[in-house]
Amino acid sequence: MSVVFNKSVPGRRGVRLPTCDVPFVDAIPEEYLREQPAELCELSELDVVRHFTGLSRLNFGVDTGFYPLGSCTMKYNPRVSERIAGLEGFSQLHPFLPQLRSGGMLTQGALQLLYELERVLCEITGMGAFTLQPLAGAHGELTGMMLIAAYHRDKGNKKHTVLIPDEAHGTNPSSAAITGYRTVSIPTDGTTGRLNLKALEDLVDDETAAIMLTNPNTLGIFNSEIEQVVEIAHRHDAQVYYDGANLNAILGKFRPGDAGIDVMHINVHKTFATPHGGGGPGAGPVGVREHLVPFLPISRIEKRRDNSFVLDYDQPRSIGYVAPFYGNFSILVRAYAYIMLLGGDGLVEVSENAVLNANYVMHALKERFELPYDRSCMHECVFSASRQAEHGVHALDIAKALIDRGYHPPTVYFPLIIKEAMMIEPTETESKETLDAFIAAMLEIADEAERNPDAFAELPKRAPVCRPDEVKAARDMDVSFEAC
Amino acid sequence: MSFVANTPLQREEMLKACGVSSVDDLFADIPASLRPQSFRLPPGRSEHEVLEYFKQLAERNYAQLTVFLGGGFYDHFIPSAVDALASRGEFFTAYTPYQPELSQGTLQAIYEYQTHIGRLTGMAAANASMYDGGTAIYEACQMALHATRRTRIVVDGGVNPVYRKMLYSYTANLAIDFTEVPVTHGASDRKHIEQVLGDDVAGVILQNPNFFGVIDNHEDIVARCHEQGSLVIQSVYPVAMAMLKPPGEIGVDIAVGEGQSLGNPLAFGGPYLGFMATNKKLVRKMPGRIVGRTLDREGREAFVLTLQAREQHIRREKATSNICTNQALCALRAHMYLSLVGKEGLREVALLCHAKAEYAKERFKAIPGVSVMETSSTFNEFTVHLPADAGVIAGRLVERGIAPGLPLGRYYPGMEHYLLVAVTEKRTKAEIGHFAEVLEEVLSHYWDFEEEHSERIDV
Repeated sequence: MSVVFNKSVPGRRGVRLPTCDVPFVDAIPEEYLREQPAELCELSELDVVRHFTGLSRLNFGVDTGFYPLGSCTMKYNPRVSERIAGLEGFSQLHPFLPQLRSGGMLTQGALQLLYELERVLCEITGMGAFTLQPLAGAHGELTGMMLIAAYHRDKGNKKHTVLIPDEAHGTNPSSAAITGYRTVSIPTDGTTGRLNLKALEDLVDDETAAIMLTNPNTLGIFNSEIEQVVEIAHRHDAQVYYDGANLNAILGKFRPGDAGIDVMHINVHKTFATPHGGGGPGAGPVGVREHLVPFLPISRIEKRRDNSFVLDYDQPRSIGYVAPFYGNFSILVRAYAYIMLLGGDGLVEVSENAVLNANYVMHALKERFELPYDRSCMHECVFSASRQAEHGVHALDIAKALIDRGYHPPTVYFPLIIKEAMMIEPTETESKETLDAFIAAMLEIADEAERNPDAFAELPKRAPVCRPDEVKAARDMDVSFEAC
Repeated sequence: MSFVANTPLQREEMLKACGVSSVDDLFADIPASLRPQSFRLPPGRSEHEVLEYFKQLAERNYAQLTVFLGGGFYDHFIPSAVDALASRGEFFTAYTPYQPELSQGTLQAIYEYQTHIGRLTGMAAANASMYDGGTAIYEACQMALHATRRTRIVVDGGVNPVYRKMLYSYTANLAIDFTEVPVTHGASDRKHIEQVLGDDVAGVILQNPNFFGVIDNHEDIVARCHEQGSLVIQSVYPVAMAMLKPPGEIGVDIAVGEGQSLGNPLAFGGPYLGFMATNKKLVRKMPGRIVGRTLDREGREAFVLTLQAREQHIRREKATSNICTNQALCALRAHMYLSLVGKEGLREVALLCHAKAEYAKERFKAIPGVSVMETSSTFNEFTVHLPADAGVIAGRLVERGIAPGLPLGRYYPGMEHYLLVAVTEKRTKAEIGHFAEVLEEVLSHYWDFEEEHSERIDV
C-alpha cells in the first residue's frame, strides 16, 4: 500500500479547527520561527480513514485469529474495558489536577480506583504493597532493580552483580545492566528444565545484589524449588526479583509473596487482558515485600480515615520518580475492570484453562515435534524444530507456513537455550475447535517438511509480503520517507 | 464474566487426551506448601454491573473543569476519526510486529509516524516511541553518554521539573554527574551554561518552549556545545513545532518530547508517548524500535523492524536500552492526528494556541495586583505573578470550575506566588474572559483568607 505521503495533495484539508475568536497576533520574532514548514500530509478526512482502514487490513490481531505467541499471552481483550477506559470522567482528567488545592477532591474516583487495584494485586500475588507507576513490563523490571539498589545503598551493602537464569527474557539482563549491575548467567538443569540449584550455590556470593527469576520459566516449567532459591539468596542478603510475565499460569495456584519473593512486576497487557496495541502501551505494576515499601516511587496513594484518598509525596527514602504521574492510568483502568469481571473464581479458571490448553497442544504435537522437556507444562510449551531442521525446514520456515494457514506463528528462536525453539502459548480464551485446527495445521506442516522441504523457502504465499530483506533494511536505513 | 470458551465436556475430553484425570494433576509441580495462603477476591460480575461500578467511579471525578493546566500536558482537541480508527481490533489486538508478513499495517504506520516526527522536528530519523517525554530524555542521556564516552550531563533549569526528577531517579545508582543551570528571566542562561561546559560533558539538555512557556533559539548554545564535543538534547512541544524553529534547523543532536498533545487524551497521566529523533550520525545508537523500508523476496515494498541487534531480545545485557513494549498505539494515534489536521491544520492549532494565550495575558495584565512575568516571547503558556499564594488562589478557582494553571511553588521553591497558565485552541474568548473575571473577584477577597497561606497544600 502506498505510503500516506504519496497520497498528499498540496492545499487539501482534513479536519477543520475553530475559527479564531481573539485578536490575531503574530508577536513571535523571526529568529524563533522555523524556516521551512513541516511537510505533514495534506489529506481529506476520508483519505485518512481509507488509508488507516487499509493498513489495518494488513494486520493480524487476536481479533483476526489464533495468536499463540509464546510469552506474550495473546488473549481476548474484552470490549467493555475499552468502553470503561473511554468514560469522560477518566479520559479527560488532567494529571496535575490532584496537585491543585481542592483538586484532590475532584479526582477521588480515579484515586479510589488506583488504590483498590493496588489492594487487589496484593491479594493476587501475596505481595505487601504495589506501585502502579511503571509504564511497561521492562519498565517494572527497571523500577524493581532501582528498588533493590536503593535497599542495598540504604544498608551500606556493596553489591555488584545480579544472577539471571540463561532462559530469562532479554529484558532481565538488560534491566539489571542499565541499573549499573554486572549480570551473571545461571545455567538451566538439562534434565528438569529448572534452575540448576548447585550452580546457583556456586555463583552466589556477598556481592550478589539480586537473583531474577521467572516462574513458571520461559520453558513453561514451574520451579518447585523456588523457596530454596529465595533461601540461598537471602543468606547472602541478595534480593529475589520475580518476573511476572508468566503470571497467567498460576492465578490462585501460587503467589510469589508466599514464597518470600522480594520484588515482582506484572505485565497487565498479558495477564489482565489489556490490549497489546501493536507493541504497547502496557503497564508494569511492581509489588514488594514490606521491607521495600519505603523505597517505592513517589507518589503513594493513601486512604484517610474519612475514606477519602490522597497522594502522599512525602517519601524521604523513595527511589523518586519513575513516571511523570500515576502510571499508564487508562491501561490500569482496563486491568481493574477485567479483574472485577472475572473475580477470584474467574481468575482461577483462567489459569486452569490456560494450562489445560497448553498441555493439550503439547500432547497432540509431541509425537511429531521434538519436545526437549517432556513433562507437563504450565501456560506454554516449548518445542524444537530440530527434526524438521534435518530436512532443511527451520523454525522460521514453520512460522511462515503457519501464516499461510491463517495463524500467527508461535515465538520462534526463544528461549535461546533451545535450538530451533518454538514457544506456543494458546491462552485460556481459545476453544478446543481452534486448538484442534491449529494442531492439524502443525501436523500437516510436519508432513510437508518431510515430503517437500524445498517448498518452504517461498512461504508465505498468501500474505501481503514474503520475507522482507532485513539485511537491506539495516544497510539502507530507509527509516523516513523522502519523495523521489 | 468468563471469557473461557471450552465447555465442561470439552475440558473432560482434553484432560483425557493429556492423560490426566483432573486439572489439578496439571498443577502437580506446585507443592501443597506453596499453595496460596489467601486468595480472597470478590466473585465475578456481569458486564453491566462492572460498567455501572466504573461509571460511578468516573462520576466522582470532575472532568468538566475549564482547563488552563498544562505543564507539558495539554488539553488539545482530538478529531473523532482518531478514536474510530485506533479502535480497530486489527491495530489494538496485535502485538509487536515480529512477523512482518502479518504486521505490515503496524509497520507501515510506524514508518509513516517516524517520517512525520522527522519532518516536525527537522531530524533525519525517529524511533517508534518511548514510554513518555521523561523517559525519552533519560534514554537520550544514555545515548549521549555512550556516544561520547563522557560522564557529565548539563541540565537547563527550563526543562520540565518532573522530567528532571525522573532523570535523577533513574541514574541514582550510576556514576553520572549532573550540573543544573537555573534559568534567568525565564530563559536559558548562556553565560552560566558556557561556564559549566567542559571535556567531560556528554550532553546538554534544553527545552523549547521551556517549562515557563518561553520560546528560545538555542542555536548559539548548540554551537558552544559542539565546540566542546558535547551533544545537545532538546525536548520540544510538538504542536509548537508547526511554528517554531525545530531542533533540526539549529543542529540539535537528539530531539525528544512528550507526544500526548498529538491525539492522545490526558487520561490522568497516561498512556502517553515519548518521541525521539536524531541525525544520521547517531541513528545506530538510538534506542527503541525502528521500522525500515525494504523489499521482499518478490521485490515488493515491505516494512520491517530494523537494527534489532541493538535491542534487549538479541543483545541482552549489552543492549542500548531495556525497552521492549513501547507505546505503539499512542504513536499510531499521533500519526493519525497529524494526518487528519495536516500541514496547515497543525500550523493553525499552533497559531490559535498562541493568539489565545496572548489574549489571556492581556486580560490578566488588567487585573489589579496581577502581573505577567516579563520574558521573551512565549508560545501558549506563561507565568503569572499573583499577590497571594498561587496554590490557595488555584484552589478557589477550582471550586469555581476552572483549573487555572499550575502553582509553581511545589517545583520551584520561592515561586509560591507564581502560576503557570496554559491556553489551547479549545479555550474560547468567553472562557478566558470568565477566568480573568473570576480571578479578579477571588483576589479582591484574598485578605479574607490570607491566614490559609501557610497551610500545607492538600494533595
